[in-house]
Amino acid sequence: MATEEAERRGAQVNAVHLKLGLLSGVVPDALLSSYEIACDDTPLKGSRLLIEEIPIIVYCSRCDAQRTLSSMQLFCCPDCGIPTGDVIQGRELEVVALELN
Amino acid sequence: MSPEPRLVEVRKNVLKQNDTIARALRVRFRSAGVFVVSLVSSPGSGKTAFLEKTLTLLSTRYRVAALVGDLATENDAARLARSHAPVKQIITGTLCHLEAAMVESAIVEEGWDLNQLDFLFIENVGNLVCPSSYDLGEDLRVVLLSVTEGEDKPLKYPTIFNSSDVAIITKSDLAAAVEFDGQLTRRNIQAVRPGMQVFQLSAKTGAGMDEFLELLAHRLAESRSAAAV
Repeated sequence: MATEEAERRGAQVNAVHLKLGLLSGVVPDALLSSYEIACDDTPLKGSRLLIEEIPIIVYCSRCDAQRTLSSMQLFCCPDCGIPTGDVIQGRELEVVALELN
Repeated sequence: MSPEPRLVEVRKNVLKQNDTIARALRVRFRSAGVFVVSLVSSPGSGKTAFLEKTLTLLSTRYRVAALVGDLATENDAARLARSHAPVKQIITGTLCHLEAAMVESAIVEEGWDLNQLDFLFIENVGNLVCPSSYDLGEDLRVVLLSVTEGEDKPLKYPTIFNSSDVAIITKSDLAAAVEFDGQLTRRNIQAVRPGMQVFQLSAKTGAGMDEFLELLAHRLAESRSAAAV
């Protein structure tokens, strides 16, 4: 995806900015090490992967508000304590931007 | 002198291709009136035994078929064939999960007419991590957990529990022998997926299977009446 974009713009990619939700099922460290291997022999070789970790935000119906979870082992409103599984944010696995040269 | 680096906004979902195929599959499944159930769990928690029992019990009243994913061997498909339901093995090679495109091409390869099916089961590769990120177009994702695995599994793998719709505690015939704490397990499931429906059963003895089969029958009817509107 990043390679296509770089080729289309005729530029070299310095860095790939990625949003990674805590519920995406992807571990940042594992992704970073595999990124380097995957980029070998591609136009992305030598580029950096910058990961922005996205916390889990749920909707609490009692508070009628969005709340950030403090632990992914406990899907409860951190303010009032009622269980909530209504995930608003945290599943992202998205390339947001490319740093081009 | 090299020019200043510039930042270009892209905003692309990395799994977009999978999601697009999964969405198209879901539309196809819905219009054909087939209810699709996927099974995820760690290796050895009893997915295949559970599926064999489910296919056998359902096939007296419904038209069923199954796709089963594994890294290697066709052993599972051979076991499931004993249920007399059509079964197709998907060998993933080194890939630790199924993707929507594999489901799509397996259906094409087998030449299954989805209109002639009531239920299609998809048994994922035994893995509690990667399958959570890949939508397969299923209507119901079931996560299985055996009584021998430890009550804290949901806390260790919250993402797969959170991405699933229903949890099944398997091998309940062994519960006493391993001093399984069902209450604690259910509490842990609710902590990572509030409101999740939990079944406890034994594919070996058949105890508890009825409740799950009732859920399937109910969800099939519901899905068909929704599609008819």
